[in-house]
Amino acid sequence: MARIAGTDLPRNKRGVVSLTYIFGIGRTRAAEILAALGIDGDKKVSEWTDDEVALINKHIGDNIKVEGELRSEVQLSIKRLQDIGCYRGIRHRKGLPLRGQRTKNNSRTRKGKRKTVANKKKATK
Amino acid sequence: MARSIKKGPYIAHHLLKKVDAMNEADRKTVIKTWSRASMIIPDMVGHTIAVHNGNKFIPVYVTENMVGHKLGEFSPTRQFRGHSSKKIK
Repeated sequence: MARIAGTDLPRNKRGVVSLTYIFGIGRTRAAEILAALGIDGDKKVSEWTDDEVALINKHIGDNIKVEGELRSEVQLSIKRLQDIGCYRGIRHRKGLPLRGQRTKNNSRTRKGKRKTVANKKKATK
Repeated sequence: MARSIKKGPYIAHHLLKKVDAMNEADRKTVIKTWSRASMIIPDMVGHTIAVHNGNKFIPVYVTENMVGHKLGEFSPTRQFRGHSSKKIK
C-alpha cells in the first residue's frame, strides 16, 4: 500500500518512524519531510491517504537522494579514495578502520568475524 | 575541528614557492618536501612531489582527484610486514 522510493513501509508504525526504513532517511529527515508537507508525524502509515503517499513520494524524489542512487554515490566515493591511493583508500582496501581507531582489539565491524590464528607456542622450559 | 575558511588552505610557503617557480618555468622536476600537512592545490596537478615519510621520500604523482587532500595521506608512515610465521622450534 505505502510504497515509497522502492521500499515498503511498515503499515502500523508512526509516519516519522516508518520513513526511516528508507535508506538515506533518518529521524531528522523524516520529520522535515512530513513538516514540509504538513502531515502529522504521529499519523500511522495505514492512515495516510493515497494523495499523501503520492505527495511524499514526489517530495523525496525531487529533493533527497535515497536508496540505489545514494548507495552508488557512497560506492563511488570509496572507489575514488582507493584509486588515488591515499591513506583512507588503503584502509578501505584492507578492510580496516579509517579513522585511527585501535586494531589490536575490537574493530570487529570493519574486520568481520574473528579469524583465529593457529595456537600460540607455549613457553618452553 | 576544521580549519577556518578565512585562512584558506594550508601550504608550506617553501613548497608553494617551488611549485610556483616550476609552473612559471614550465618544467617538471621532483620536489622533495617534509611538509606532509600541506594541502594539494590545483597548481600541483601533474607534478611529482617526493613526500617524506619519516624514513625516505615517497614520490607522489599528483592527479586531479587528489586536490583537497594532504600530501601526507599519500606517503604511508608505517609498513606492515605480516605477523611472524609459526613452526620455528
